[in-house]
Amino acid sequence: MRSSSSTTDVGTAEQFRALFEPRAVLVAGASTHPGKFGFVTLHNLLASGYAGKVFATNLEGATVLGVESVRDVSELPHGEIDLVVVCTPKATNPDLLRACAAKGIRAAFLTSAGYGESGDDGRRHEAELVALCDELGILLAGPNGQGVVSTPVRLCAQIVAPYPPEGTIGVASQSGNFVSSFLNWSMATGIGVSRAVSAGNAAATSVADYLSYYSTDPATSVGLAYVEGIVDGRAFYDSVRAAAAAKPLVLVKGGATSGGARAASSHTGSLATDDRVFDGACRQAGVTRAATVEEAFEAAATFATQPTPRGNRVMVMTTAGGWGVVTADAITTSRVLELAPMPDDLRASIDTKLPPRWSRNNPVDLAGGETRDTVPEVMEMVASHPDVDAIIYLGLGIQSNQARMMAEGPFAHADGVERIVAYHRRQDERFARAAAEISSALGKPILTATELAVADPTNAGPATVRATGRLCYSSANRAVTALEHLVRHAQWRARRAE
Amino acid sequence: MPFAPGRVVSGPAEAATAAAEFGFPVVAKLCGANIAHKTERGLVRLGLHDAAAVTAAAAELLDAAVTADGVSGVLVAPMIAGTRELIAGLALDPQFGMTVMIGVGGVLAEAVADVAVRLVPITRIDALEMIDDLSTQPLLGPFRGEPQVDRQAVADVLMALNDASLAHPELQSADLNPLIVHDGRPVAVDALVELDD
Repeated sequence: MRSSSSTTDVGTAEQFRALFEPRAVLVAGASTHPGKFGFVTLHNLLASGYAGKVFATNLEGATVLGVESVRDVSELPHGEIDLVVVCTPKATNPDLLRACAAKGIRAAFLTSAGYGESGDDGRRHEAELVALCDELGILLAGPNGQGVVSTPVRLCAQIVAPYPPEGTIGVASQSGNFVSSFLNWSMATGIGVSRAVSAGNAAATSVADYLSYYSTDPATSVGLAYVEGIVDGRAFYDSVRAAAAAKPLVLVKGGATSGGARAASSHTGSLATDDRVFDGACRQAGVTRAATVEEAFEAAATFATQPTPRGNRVMVMTTAGGWGVVTADAITTSRVLELAPMPDDLRASIDTKLPPRWSRNNPVDLAGGETRDTVPEVMEMVASHPDVDAIIYLGLGIQSNQARMMAEGPFAHADGVERIVAYHRRQDERFARAAAEISSALGKPILTATELAVADPTNAGPATVRATGRLCYSSANRAVTALEHLVRHAQWRARRAE
Repeated sequence: MPFAPGRVVSGPAEAATAAAEFGFPVVAKLCGANIAHKTERGLVRLGLHDAAAVTAAAAELLDAAVTADGVSGVLVAPMIAGTRELIAGLALDPQFGMTVMIGVGGVLAEAVADVAVRLVPITRIDALEMIDDLSTQPLLGPFRGEPQVDRQAVADVLMALNDASLAHPELQSADLNPLIVHDGRPVAVDALVELDD
């Protein structure tokens, strides 16, 4: 029997393909009652526009949401269906899985509860379930999980919302609700997801197993996971280390690791606490450990959308003083980032574009001296300089914010107002697009931060950042934290490549 | 592993002779197979400046011994001067197996709890990153007239612990506490090692 801690031989590539890119899906236990998992799963699958064919079983053979169900799996075609999503009560599952295997199904997601999470009997049934799936050649996901999402085939086989936008973040979580949290952040920011899965009880397939798969998955550029209650730390470490060597991997961890009491007779033993060991293991494996769920999502979103920095020297570019000062403070306090000294030749170049009141230092504070093209021009100068590795850009959207006040105010139709409103919005669109284009062209991260990302996501500034496929950070501090994660991982990789 | 020199002697007179050879000041510690926490039991005497002090200290230490200590004698060693202390060691984690650790040492070590841990085996890159991970970086720079800490030398200590753990699977834990920074280089002045029976 495989245990949740064995992380090397779980799931063949073919089985994972059956889970994440099924040609057809069977919802076992489809229900006509909108409150039941068997209804919600089918609903979400159909509502998200799943690309393959959908089958369903139902005790009465009822038509559910337009899908004509069958009473028994034996009535289904052979060799067409890859994935079964099991919403039936626990007792019927062994026969159901045998029948599914006979039809060529290679992956099963079990939402059913009553297994390992509920006492000795449940644990025994879970062990039997694992052995059965092993024997049948079925990849077992769950039980007691919320489902699986895979945007390349528009699959949303889960008992919860939402269905996220397409992208390259691969999500795996020990807690199904954190899958929803990550997907909600994806909805909120527009930074999309490739796959998402809730490991449930992780009876056969653990979070580490999904992360291993993501590390080889062409649709995924970065792994993002919530873990808790790690059973075998060393196996977990070996697995995530291999995964992180291939692609960035961001973890958030809840609770203490489970395990016996530690020997505290030595000072080293008492100082090397659970959390410090886990932290050290992450640093060693090149895994990005985030303190909170939102920090984890933003780190993953940054890996997914920004180029890899070649160094840690950051230049701050701002249209107003205070923002730049606070951001420079955060960079200065950072253990990872360096506030780039202003090179003389760059200062001289910027002097040609701005009146003398600009800051002439890092932060590059334009101090209101900009004309129509100054922001993109100065940004390109700064980003092109060999002594600058990354930029944090502040002040986007101010013009459009004023434009909104004018457009919604009593003088919206006064002489020249419409024209200036349109101009302001066009300018913010240009600036946001310039940040993405210059960053891509030069291969240097440019992170745009403004609270307008949440205060007014329709503002032309943040809305255009989103349209370029990048994250608009809701504060400069959050951008600094995300950039720290990006740089730390790049340094980890570079040191080991030498 | 950079250990302080020292000699184990059996009586007060020999202790005074050894001290004179090392040069004053010296330290004297009671040595025994089963003595784990010397400081807590008052079995370490620091800053002994002359032969009389050494003779008296050695006599008191031998008097303080109990049968269970398995006393082998009194260790006399030159006093290693340094304002900074580190701690390094090995510990077996129930989940992750053998770990290696570096931290800010001294009497405040556990209160300050500025440590970095990795899983054995480590590479030299890991060892250097561990030192970088300590929060109290100013302590590793030039400090009160002493040069900056030689990071390569600290990495040597961590690699030595790593190698010892790999070569001796029976090692359960090791403490190098304190690891005094003397003239920028770490010197181990005490070690506690636990072996599996």
